[in-house]
Amino acid sequence: MADLHIGVDRATVAEREAVDAVVAASLGPAVIVESDRLVRGGTARRDERRHLLLPALHALQNRVGWISPGGLNHVAEVLQVPPAEAYGVATFYEMFRVDDPGHDQDVVHVCVDGPCQIAGSAERLAELRAGGVATHASPCLGQCERPVAEFIQGRARPDRVEADREPFALPQAGQAGLRLLRRIGRAPRVDPGSIESYVAAGGYKALAAAFGRGPDGVIEEVVASGLMGRGGAAFPTGVKWRAVATEPGPRYVVVNADESEPGTFKDRTLMENDPFAVIEATTIAGFATGASKGWIYVRGEYPFATERLANAIAQATEAGFLGRGIARSGFDFELEIRRGAGAYICGEETALFNSIEGYRGEPRQKPPFPTTNGLFGRPTAINNPETLVNVLDIVIDGGAAYADIGTEGSTGSKLFCLSGHVARPGLYEVDFGATLGEVLDLAGGVVGDLQAILLGGAAGSFVGPDSLAMPLTFEGARAAGASLGSGVVMAFDSSVDLLPVVTRLAEFFRNESCGQCVPCRVGTVRQHEVLLGITADRAVGAPVRLDDRTVLLDEIDRAMKDASICGLGHTAATAVRSAIDLGLIGRPPGPGDDGHPSGGAS
Amino acid sequence: MFCVDPRRTSSAKFADLWLGLTVGTDIALANAIGRHIIANGWHDQAFIDHSTTGFEAYRESVEPYTLEHASAITGVPASAIAELAEAYATAETAQILWTLGITEHHNAVDNVLALCNLALLTGHVGRWGSGLVPLRGQNNVQGGGDMGALPDRLPGFQDVADPDARARFEAVWGASIPPDPGIHLTLMFEAMATRDLRAVYCIGENPADSEADVAHARKLLADLDLLVVQDIFLTTTAELADVVFPASVGWAESEGTVTSSERRVQRVRAAVPPPGDARDDIDIIAALAERMGADWGRPTANELWDELRSLSPLHQGMSWERLESEGGLQWPCPSEDHPGSPFLHGWLWEDDLGGRSGAPFNVVVHEGPKEELTDEFPLRLTTGRALDSFNTGVQSGSLSSPIRYGETIDLSPADADRLGIVDGDRVLVSSVRGSIEMPARVQADLPTGLTFTTFHFPELVDVNLLTNDAWDKKSGTAEFKAASVRVERLPFERSTAQPGPAGG
Amino acid sequence: MSDETPVRLSIDGNEVEVPAGASVLDACNAAGVETPTLCYAENLTPVNACRVCVVEQEGARTLVPSCSRQAEDGMVIETDSDRVRHSRKMVLEFLGSGVDLSQAPDLERWGARYGARPDRYGSGAERIEEDIRIQDDLYIRDYDKCVLCYKCVEACGDDAQHTFAIAVAGRGFGARISTEFDTTLPDSACVYCGNCVAVCPTNALQFKTEFDLRQADRWKPEEQTVTRTVCSYCGVGCNLELHVQDETIVKVTSPHDHEVTSGHLCIKGRFGWQYVHGN
Repeated sequence: MADLHIGVDRATVAEREAVDAVVAASLGPAVIVESDRLVRGGTARRDERRHLLLPALHALQNRVGWISPGGLNHVAEVLQVPPAEAYGVATFYEMFRVDDPGHDQDVVHVCVDGPCQIAGSAERLAELRAGGVATHASPCLGQCERPVAEFIQGRARPDRVEADREPFALPQAGQAGLRLLRRIGRAPRVDPGSIESYVAAGGYKALAAAFGRGPDGVIEEVVASGLMGRGGAAFPTGVKWRAVATEPGPRYVVVNADESEPGTFKDRTLMENDPFAVIEATTIAGFATGASKGWIYVRGEYPFATERLANAIAQATEAGFLGRGIARSGFDFELEIRRGAGAYICGEETALFNSIEGYRGEPRQKPPFPTTNGLFGRPTAINNPETLVNVLDIVIDGGAAYADIGTEGSTGSKLFCLSGHVARPGLYEVDFGATLGEVLDLAGGVVGDLQAILLGGAAGSFVGPDSLAMPLTFEGARAAGASLGSGVVMAFDSSVDLLPVVTRLAEFFRNESCGQCVPCRVGTVRQHEVLLGITADRAVGAPVRLDDRTVLLDEIDRAMKDASICGLGHTAATAVRSAIDLGLIGRPPGPGDDGHPSGGAS
Repeated sequence: MFCVDPRRTSSAKFADLWLGLTVGTDIALANAIGRHIIANGWHDQAFIDHSTTGFEAYRESVEPYTLEHASAITGVPASAIAELAEAYATAETAQILWTLGITEHHNAVDNVLALCNLALLTGHVGRWGSGLVPLRGQNNVQGGGDMGALPDRLPGFQDVADPDARARFEAVWGASIPPDPGIHLTLMFEAMATRDLRAVYCIGENPADSEADVAHARKLLADLDLLVVQDIFLTTTAELADVVFPASVGWAESEGTVTSSERRVQRVRAAVPPPGDARDDIDIIAALAERMGADWGRPTANELWDELRSLSPLHQGMSWERLESEGGLQWPCPSEDHPGSPFLHGWLWEDDLGGRSGAPFNVVVHEGPKEELTDEFPLRLTTGRALDSFNTGVQSGSLSSPIRYGETIDLSPADADRLGIVDGDRVLVSSVRGSIEMPARVQADLPTGLTFTTFHFPELVDVNLLTNDAWDKKSGTAEFKAASVRVERLPFERSTAQPGPAGG
Repeated sequence: MSDETPVRLSIDGNEVEVPAGASVLDACNAAGVETPTLCYAENLTPVNACRVCVVEQEGARTLVPSCSRQAEDGMVIETDSDRVRHSRKMVLEFLGSGVDLSQAPDLERWGARYGARPDRYGSGAERIEEDIRIQDDLYIRDYDKCVLCYKCVEACGDDAQHTFAIAVAGRGFGARISTEFDTTLPDSACVYCGNCVAVCPTNALQFKTEFDLRQADRWKPEEQTVTRTVCSYCGVGCNLELHVQDETIVKVTSPHDHEVTSGHLCIKGRFGWQYVHGN
């Protein structure tokens, strides 16, 4: 608590109601005026409530379309968050605005990244604007299989994605051999809205098996399975869980569902179409690590996934699969959903913790690692939905059986998000070991002449047509100097001018850098400026000099890689560098030139 | 953290629980806390048996102070008093911190004793992390006492009535010391009134602005046969003086030491030369002595400090060199290899109590403010300070503070409503002693019935015309914290200059 | 190994011993290796945002910030490897290319040492462009000079003042130190303790006295004396350092290693000295 200075602006009735509903649904306000002689407050009450800041800001934004000074003051007062800090948090997120929008319309967010960029997002934005629609140019919305992606931020009604109303079509639906995706799609169909349907399809057998094995037994199987995190860092999940389980409690489990890596939509697909599997696996994670509380942090642009998860949690709680004494086991576990508000960086685990806690989503220095100092400073196991869903089969069939799938270095199966110039964009599951070419073939192959593939997302790298034989395994990608990242396979045919695409990638990192550390805050800007310089040279027909620029980009890259706090800075130059190395930029697209890039690789 | 204060102050807003007690009811609250602790067996009987005296009498004396009785007196719910009592008694370590809200009352010493009783009851004293912490309001008020600026004390708190102590000082000073105690400030004014005191040498104090019932004080000062004032400015008091000695600024224009609230002796140093004819205090006093026929030479601050060390055991170990190199030492520091003492009264935990007989409980009873609320003066006025100002503004007045709001009478929303007053209205505030005009400020942090003002701008708003000069016979402190007043909205706007945020 | 056992590690090939819990920066200091720092201050919690103090730790994939990395037994640290020199150069260069470091002589000195060339990004490189905020008589805020080291935020917040008048707002290169909605300081929670100004490493925050003298080209630090004394107001005993030029106090700071308030003051101690000069 502090002696907060609250300015003169007051919240409107609507703003008050919106905020108070959020606070009342949880712990109530931080200060209780019992009489004009007795007031209860204090740092403990304040600290307990700080995590309500993000939901309270969401409520304001939704109700009146912005975070007004009066609304912010009201939030500050009821949560006892200093107004300057609340403002710092509000201005951190893409989905919040702190100036009056001047209208009461929904706002259509249009994705301008990668697949949507080449599918015409600029034209779509222009079209909407011409029609008087309030728009917002958005970074990747995680719907790359259906460009141009749009997300509608509701005004006084729920946010939504129109495409979610269409029946979901999984390209591989019903195919034999699916593991993670077997409940999704045509047959055997499981109703994502019904726990009965999930249980009838074998749901919650894994949790029962977990209870049978005991916490240590579960961890042993997960270790034995060789399961590695599917978010990009590829850390062994069992090792992580064991580390958490051996720390003193309270411990937490966090589901990192802030899927924001451009080109990625796998976790969205899982959460929307198999939410109970995510919940069951998270419950198992809680059981194994000895956590009694879990948090699911879902990116703000995924309203349908949020809705499906909330429904699943409610039904699971009702059915006794969440809450006190789950399935008569004596194990207590509850789950709380937190919505992100538009910040790529919040996919970084420590930034995500800060975001849940009601602070700016700035990453923390590691060490200490989340296994000892995670959410609320407590030992925390954090995994993404795809990783977690793998655990279900591991617990039922045992780690050894799981380890037999895939390759020695990459066990199990993997989801790949295919987008761009492939015949059937969408989510595909293959056992580890399939090559890039085989995965492309699953999606019907490349449409047109393949120019390059962005592998692993914005933080990944471009590979050329000569890489089709690369096995899409952790070790295979590593050997090729690439990374699987979050499973992005984004294809570009030869008609695409990649300079704007690469420049947009640089801009993406510039926009998404949290700003905390100098190498990333400034390095991403300088990198983007170099690409803008190349664009400008080419626009006036000047010779595009790459040599000096390549040296500079290399120096920027090395500093960002070596000295940034987190993975965003470490990987912000990877795709750009690979594009230059492959000669993908610096020359106009298509036939008519000598066919050689005018700049050399460094 | 619990905060007990009639106002919901800035500190109160950091607290887990704020108890807004009625002004002047501290003893009722403390005694009820004591009673509740004893009733629940939370007191530290072993500590009480070993280290204190008078517990049984104390236990009996607090018996009438039930939670309900104290609640009726203090206005604070009984449950809150119980909560505070339990938290304090059962904490591993706990401190009671206070400042002028406890001491600017007619029964100031009793207020303090009531708090000391709680520390003795629970053993929250004399050990690291626990204790009784009176926060000093001025940078060297502690040092003044240390140096013997008390009517009955020689430097190092040695009793002036003790012939051995006197003999040691007489040997060094080469003069005899009267064995009778002198009189403190408040008694001096009484002696002026009875014309027993006719000449005053006033150093670095501005009683013509700072005394309660200040109109009376000014009259007495003006009426003296001789008033000598030594100060850095021509203060209101200096304007009444027959002789004024312009002095250098102690902390920026001269060498010496000051002692902070926690008994930390630290060096002050000259950074700039004094202006004009202003001279160092030591220099002025030595020159005065010379004119009066005593040749003290012109001792340096270092030489005077060494003399003090030779006479005050508390300061013995604090060599000038140590003060320079260690940056500050807390007394008692009896020898040069002693690190200084971060807390006092550790002897309470020694097996033989350091040869002493134990710390006494003191029986104290609740007695409200001298001035009761009446139909004519129905509101309680309490005075205090603002962050960016200091006492009568002699030093802070020239600070161009962006957060200064000037002198206002602060009213609770309920009282303001009842009186038809809104923020910024000019009002007349009257006590039985006088009336002043000032703007009103409606403050949600005040409970009904309480008004508040600072007194930082006496040249504009003479707040101490209102305050009660009833004083504590044990400490000599006047009851600045409790006067009875009436507030009336003035029918029309009068223009009186007000200090406002400068530069804004 | 108990927590009390000292930690031994190698700094540039020299074995040093530091107490348990010490940072790698402490170890560098113990080894006599001078390390550039910017966002680090002894009286604030390390935020490790500036990354100018990075060193190379054997076995670590990336460089580590020495200010906030705890020293561990057996660590092998290089402070002057190619990687370290490169990252330090780039951090200094990045800062110089985006903000005005003309009143941050330490950074300019380090920049020269590591060969930073901020001008190589050309005139088109985006810089921080903000109007100087002069909203009162006590301090000015010139965010063209702000390197976003977070020190002022920490000093205003729970490292010292607990006022929380300012925080970082916005994101990326657009991040700024700000009050809520950039409201003026006098209308904010600010209590004018000046602790933010005292910890600012680039003079983005300046006492108005200094600013005015600089404007008049009369700011002469080389002619100033600094005298340590004790504040004249309350009984806390804060130490003051009086910076005096031409027999006039021009600035008040406080020693950060002083055990009473670790270099932090309040408005009276920091600014309430005008009366010394008869004002």
